[in-house]
Amino acid sequence: MSTAETHAHEGHHHDQPTGLARWLFTTNHKEIGTMYLIFAFAMLFIGGGMILLVRAELFQPGLQIMQPEFYNQLITLHGLIMVFGVAMPAATGLANWMLPMMLGAPDMALPRLNNWGFWILPPAATLLVTPFFLGLAGIGTGAVDAGWTMYAPLSVQTGWGMDFAIFAVHMLGMSSILAAINVIVTIVNMRAPGMTMMKMPLFAWGFLMTAILLILIMPVLAGGVTMILTDRHFGTHFFDAAGGGDPVLWQHIFWFMGHPEVYVLLLPIAGAIPHVLQAFSRKPTYGYKAQVYGMWAITVLSVVVWAHHMFTSGMPTTAQLYFMYSTMLISLPLAVLFFCWIATVWKGSLSFETPMLFALGFIILFGWGGLTGLVLADAAADPQYHNAYFLVAHFHYALYPTTILGVMAAVYYWLPKWTGHMYDEKLGKLHFWLAIIGFNMTFIPQFFVGLAGMPRRIPDYALQFAEWNMLSSIGAFILGASHLVFLYVVIKCVRGGAKAEAKSWEGADGLEWTVPSPAPLHTFDTQPVVK
Amino acid sequence: MGILVRRVGAVLTAVLALAFWHSAAWADFSWNFPEPVTPIAEETLKVHNLFMLIITVVFVTVFAIMLYSFYTHRKSVGHKAADFTQPNSRKQWFWVIVPFAVLLFIDYIVFGIPAYHAIHMYEDSKTDAEMVVKVTGSQWKWQYEYPDEGIKFVSVLTTPREQVMNQAPKEENYLLEVDNPLVLPIHKKVRFITTSTDVIHSWWVPAFGVKRDAVPGFLREFWATIEKPGIYRGQCAELCGKDHAFMPVVVHAVSQSDYDAWVATKQAEQVAAAASAQETWSRDRLMALGQEVYGRACAVCHQPEGQGLPPVFPALAGSAMATAPFVDGNGNLIKDGHLDRVMNGKAGTAMQAFKATLNDAEIAAVVTYERNAFGNAANDEVQPSLVSRLREAGQ
Repeated sequence: MSTAETHAHEGHHHDQPTGLARWLFTTNHKEIGTMYLIFAFAMLFIGGGMILLVRAELFQPGLQIMQPEFYNQLITLHGLIMVFGVAMPAATGLANWMLPMMLGAPDMALPRLNNWGFWILPPAATLLVTPFFLGLAGIGTGAVDAGWTMYAPLSVQTGWGMDFAIFAVHMLGMSSILAAINVIVTIVNMRAPGMTMMKMPLFAWGFLMTAILLILIMPVLAGGVTMILTDRHFGTHFFDAAGGGDPVLWQHIFWFMGHPEVYVLLLPIAGAIPHVLQAFSRKPTYGYKAQVYGMWAITVLSVVVWAHHMFTSGMPTTAQLYFMYSTMLISLPLAVLFFCWIATVWKGSLSFETPMLFALGFIILFGWGGLTGLVLADAAADPQYHNAYFLVAHFHYALYPTTILGVMAAVYYWLPKWTGHMYDEKLGKLHFWLAIIGFNMTFIPQFFVGLAGMPRRIPDYALQFAEWNMLSSIGAFILGASHLVFLYVVIKCVRGGAKAEAKSWEGADGLEWTVPSPAPLHTFDTQPVVK
Repeated sequence: MGILVRRVGAVLTAVLALAFWHSAAWADFSWNFPEPVTPIAEETLKVHNLFMLIITVVFVTVFAIMLYSFYTHRKSVGHKAADFTQPNSRKQWFWVIVPFAVLLFIDYIVFGIPAYHAIHMYEDSKTDAEMVVKVTGSQWKWQYEYPDEGIKFVSVLTTPREQVMNQAPKEENYLLEVDNPLVLPIHKKVRFITTSTDVIHSWWVPAFGVKRDAVPGFLREFWATIEKPGIYRGQCAELCGKDHAFMPVVVHAVSQSDYDAWVATKQAEQVAAAASAQETWSRDRLMALGQEVYGRACAVCHQPEGQGLPPVFPALAGSAMATAPFVDGNGNLIKDGHLDRVMNGKAGTAMQAFKATLNDAEIAAVVTYERNAFGNAANDEVQPSLVSRLREAGQ
């Protein structure tokens, strides 16, 4: 796998535009990957800032700093931004940076499409939050406030922030589909000679599954929100019983997208984590084939279980049984992944650098998220958890470890490759422990306050919920602060630090570690051969 | 402020107690479902406790295995990495299969079988049902109807605004108190039918273990047999707009004899109300009732002084509609006139059809009030008898 010859020529045969034009017109996967990651991180601060306002309001009972109308905008935007603005762009950023290098390809298969896919995002995000800021300035009714699930008929009734959200969802969906097409084409066509599908890095497998799901589900959501749009303005009655429609139809459409979306967010991380585990266990990945088939099984099952989000909406007993048992079935392939991750670590030669800490934190906390999901799958007990804080705590245990801890593991792991410097290990560990303490302190209380009977999405609550909420709010601010540490670590690492070697980690394995650190703008002009 | 200081104290003590594990400091924290008072709630609590125990054991076991590995297989103590990537012997295969067999057993036997029976129990609202209550959600109140007894009333939050805005000390049942609670007899299987007049709401009383969405245009059902007298509180559990946090559910479960007495009183009240709707009301009487009705049914959106919250909730003060005629020459409703808007609402907005939730006198009074308050000077009145006649005419 000698690539020294290639690197001698890097950067010679391209005239780079400079300044803003460089970023606007770039078709380079590394630059686009960087933009995706910066975008995701900026959105993390916006979506996170919003939820800190919410936690500040919930610090004690009573309305202190905001009115319910404003509160509803904050929780809605928090959900939409975190899912579509943070989690998905972050994963796509990782894929852009790493897929070509891991597959031994010079770039993504469709570079211009890649550029377009990214540059749809900032306008989409702007569209989503514009009514929010206009509302603050006293213009209009504010941003969409029907919850990120946008349940009809509330979303049909609400102000024009909803129209902005509908078009933002269209654009976000289009961006996701473009990225998904690019990933699939790249993986299928651009692998290095000798790299069969079953020799491909697991990260590529994870993102391939995500890409397939995205192409399957995003058009459904786009169609659904368009139906809301025509119900709002063009006299249709898709979700209005008075005109022959059904409000619950929206829930089916939404969760047909919404449930696989959970796995859209999980699978790239489930693919990335084995690379980290293997590096810091100094031991090859356990059960590669089992993990690949496990991911396939998750992908297939994820699209046939959606209505377990709707047990309180009312549905036939047989449908409840089906959705309950099929949901439980997903625990099997997920258990395969957990088993393989733990078996990779088992009897390794372990060291606990920051990426490893984040990877293990992901496994443990996501494990609890998955186990509580099993409890929620019981259609008869579900009404007690559903739309209460127990549910909120559960899905944050599923999504935060995945989309933040998992992405952080990957970012710390590949940061030396991107910047050419080692990051500050002490600060990285500080970031990890702050995040773990803050996260658990935020969400453990929410399990209990949910069992006590506190519904979600309320700006004010009864007195018996007060103590847990205060604890949760304190935790949220610690969690928020941990990301500032991360920001500082990344800036410091970009600016300087110990020189990173081509193979930055002792146990690292894969084509990306054969190119120098930092990775030159163009890699693998001549494809390496995998034996 | 005193409460805040006490609560911060409690939370800080609890955090410290976590370090020293002192249970008394956790007295203010609740850890599980409230005491169950229906068969469904009992079943749910049982299942919940079993599930939580099992998943906690699974979690702790796996976590312990991982911690053991972190400690034993450290590079810093010189542990050398093995290189296995799959099970190689029959014994290893056995240990790979075992966790999945255990998981399958937990999923489909330990969880799956009780859940199967619980779902059938939960859904069987018809067998042996002894009475029916219809629950209708509207932004932001619950309406209860007893079809057999001919009783119908609306239940809204009574917590004063001053408590919400921290201008008065919060009382014990803050946000969980209503003017007209749902009254039910104990030991009777009550079949609930739910629906909604606007957006989706969800009726939930944790002590009953039931939560069911109220979907506009559709009927959903559930049931409860309350085993123990008492006052049970819950809340709307589906985001339904601005005052989602302010539409509680309060149920008084009483003995059969107390229930019968309550039914008799309620029926007498409704007979009296129907009779008085046929009287001719003075302007002052209409205005007095109107102000009260406005306060509980309208002020939340249109605001206490009628200034509204434009552009979503229009102002009534100075509104053209509120001073224009409301019936035509033939005594029929003028479409989109003031009375029509109050009785029939406006489709696609939060303005609901109040003829579903207010009686004749209340509608007449509140419309009269709106036409002659906040500086509006229509200088006319709506008589309850007119509303009664229009209602019967299907308008």
